[in-house]
Amino acid sequence: MNLLFSITFLAYILATVTYVLWFAKQQKETRLAARWILTAAGILHTMTLVARYLEVGHTPISNMHEAVSFFAWSMTWGFLLFRWRYRVKNFGTFVSVGITMLMTVAAIASKEIVPLPPALQSLWLPVHASIAIMANAFLGMGFCGGIMYLLQEREIKSRRFGIFFERLPSLEALDSLNQHCLSIGFPLLTLGIITGSIWAKQAWGTYWQWDPKETWSLITWFIYAALLHFRFTMGWRRRRAAIMSIIGFSSALFTLWGVSYLLGGVHSYAG
Amino acid sequence: MLADNLLIIGVNHKVAPVEVREKLAHTADCENPVVAIKNIPGCRECCFLGTCNRVEVICSSTATESTAYAIRQHLFAGSGLTDEEVEKYSYLHVGREAVNHLFRVAASLDSMIVGEPQILGQLKKAYKAAAELSTVGPVLNKFINKSFSVAKRVRTETNIGSSAVSISYAAVQLAKKILGTLADKRVMLVGAGEMAELAAEHLIAHGIAGVVVANRTLERAITLAQRFNGTAVTLEGMAAELENVDILISSTGATGLVLMRDDVKPIMRQRMNRPLFLIDIAVPRDLDPKLNDLDNVYLYDIDNLKDVVEVNKSERQKEADCASRIVDEETVKFQRWLEGMDVTPTIVSLRQKADELRQAELERTLSQLKDLSPKQIKAIEVLAASITNKMLHHPIVFLKAKAAPEEQTLKLDLIRKVFALDPDPTDDEDDLLSP
Repeated sequence: MNLLFSITFLAYILATVTYVLWFAKQQKETRLAARWILTAAGILHTMTLVARYLEVGHTPISNMHEAVSFFAWSMTWGFLLFRWRYRVKNFGTFVSVGITMLMTVAAIASKEIVPLPPALQSLWLPVHASIAIMANAFLGMGFCGGIMYLLQEREIKSRRFGIFFERLPSLEALDSLNQHCLSIGFPLLTLGIITGSIWAKQAWGTYWQWDPKETWSLITWFIYAALLHFRFTMGWRRRRAAIMSIIGFSSALFTLWGVSYLLGGVHSYAG
Repeated sequence: MLADNLLIIGVNHKVAPVEVREKLAHTADCENPVVAIKNIPGCRECCFLGTCNRVEVICSSTATESTAYAIRQHLFAGSGLTDEEVEKYSYLHVGREAVNHLFRVAASLDSMIVGEPQILGQLKKAYKAAAELSTVGPVLNKFINKSFSVAKRVRTETNIGSSAVSISYAAVQLAKKILGTLADKRVMLVGAGEMAELAAEHLIAHGIAGVVVANRTLERAITLAQRFNGTAVTLEGMAAELENVDILISSTGATGLVLMRDDVKPIMRQRMNRPLFLIDIAVPRDLDPKLNDLDNVYLYDIDNLKDVVEVNKSERQKEADCASRIVDEETVKFQRWLEGMDVTPTIVSLRQKADELRQAELERTLSQLKDLSPKQIKAIEVLAASITNKMLHHPIVFLKAKAAPEEQTLKLDLIRKVFALDPDPTDDEDDLLSP
C-alpha cells in the first residue's frame, strides 16, 4: 500500500508548509487550515497503518520503516490530543516539521515485508513496541519545546529580538510544556523498558542481557530520570531542562537508529 | 525689573546624589512647606514641588539674593551641610533661566527618563496645594499654568512621551515573555524614581501579585509601599527579599553598583532557579552587567528597553531637540509677558492701545465726513485725544500709586486684564481648564 503512504506523506508536507506559512505570516486562517490538514494527514496515516497491518499480518512495528512511521503517527496524534487540552503558541510549526522529518526517514527506509522471526511473534510486540515509540513521540515533543525554549531564550538574553520573540510563547510556558511532555513521556519510557524486559524473559529466558539497545534505552532513561530528579530537588528547570531534554531525545533517537545501524544486537532486526 | 524676581531653587538627580537629596528637610510626603517658605522675607509667591528625583522651589521675590539664600537654608536645614556644599548640590535659576527651567521640568525634558509623564501630574498637584494654601499669586499662577500648556504643547507636537510609556510597556511585555502570567509574581522596587513607579503601576495594571519597596531610608520605602499596598525593606534587607521576588526594578541614585553577580548567584540556588527579571533604570547603573551571565537571570537596562521599543536613538534625540525648541520659544513669549508686568511697560502698552483705538476710530469717522474743513478735522482729533487721555488718567494714576509689592502685581494683573493688554488672553483660561 505504498500509494496510501505516499498520499499521507504529501499531506504531512502540506500541513508543515501551511504551519510554516502561519509561523511567518501569523494569519489566523492559515493556522486553522494547517490544523485541519494535519488532522486529515493523521487520519490518512491511521488508514495507512491499518492497511499495513492487514498486509503484513502483524503489528506493523517490526522494521525501520514501520517503526518510524508509527513514531510519526504517535507524534501527530499526541500533538493533536495535547493541543486539545493545552495550547502552546506556534508549537504546531515545530512539531509538524519534526513529523515530516520522521516521515521522510520512513519513506527512505526499506518498505520490504520481512517475515517475523518466531521470537517476536508474541502479544508483547504491539504492547512493548507501541509503548516505547509513544514514549519517543512525547519525548520528541519535549525536544521541540526545548528547541523553542533555547531559541526564545537566546533572543531575550541577548536583547536582540528577531523573528522568534513575538511568535514563541513565554519561557515559562515553554518550560511547563517541557514538563508536561516529560510527565507523559517518562512513564511511557519506563513502561516500555519494563514490558521489553518481561518480553525478553519470555522470548530469550532472561530479563536483561545488556544488548546495546537495552543499554541505550537505559542511558536515555537515566538522562530523563536525572532531569526529573534535579528539577524537583535542585531546580533544574528552564534552560537546563531544555538542554537536558534535547540531549535525552538525541539519546532516544540513537537508541532507535544508531544502535540498529552501528551496534547491532538482538534488536537489530526490529527498528 | 520684575522678571529678575522669578527664581527657582532646586535639587535634582543631576546635581545631587541620592544621599544628599534624602537629607533635604522636605520630601514629597511631608507637610507642604510653602507656608513656611512664603514667610521668608522677600518671598512674594511660592510653590513647592517635591518628587523622588527632585525638589523645586518656584518663587517670585523682591530680593533675589537674600531670598534665595534663606530658601536654601530652609531646604537644607538640619542636613549638616556647609554653605558651600549647599550651593554645590542645588541650583538657582533666575528670571529667564527660571522660566526655561520650569518649562523643561514640566515638559519632562529634565527628567531622569526624558518624556516620562508623571512629572506633569506632580507639578499640577504641587500647584494645587500651593493654590489651596494661597501662596501663589498672579505671577506664579500665570507662570505655572503656562508651564502646563507648554508641556501639553510639547506632548502633542513631539513624540517625546511615547518613548517613556512604551518603555514601561516593553518592560511588562518582557516580564510576561520571561515569567508567563504575572498573577503570582512579585516585583521589588529598589530606590524610588518616577520611571520605577510608572513601571510598577503598569505591572500592577497587569495583575502583579505583590510589591516590595527597598530604599536607603525606610520611611520613604514605607510611604511608597503604602501606595502600592506593598511591603517595605531597607537596602540591607534587599538581598534576603530577593528570594521572594521575580522582577526587580532598580533606580537608586547610588554612584556604585548596588547588586553584584556574586550576590545573586547563591540566591538563584535558593530560588530553585526560578527566573529573575532585573530592570536597571538608574543612571549610573545599579546592577552588575555580569548578572546577565547567570542562568535564568535576565538583565535589561534602560537602553536595552529603549531598543526593545525600537525607538532609535537619533529619532529620540530629534524629538528632544524639537521639544527644546518649543520650550525656548515659549520661554521668549513668557518673558515678554513677564517684562510687561511692570508699571512703565504697562502704561506704555496702555497708551499704545488707546492710541491705536483712537487712530482707527478717527480714520473711520473722517473717511465718512468728506467735506470738513481742516479746522474741524483738527477739532475732532483734539476731542478724541482728550477723551482717551482723560479715560486713561485714572488707571495710570492708580498704577503709579505706591503700593505693597503683592498689591502692585495684583494691580498690574487687573489693569492688563481689564484693558486686554496681553496678546492671547484666552491662553489663560485654556490652561486653567487643563489640569
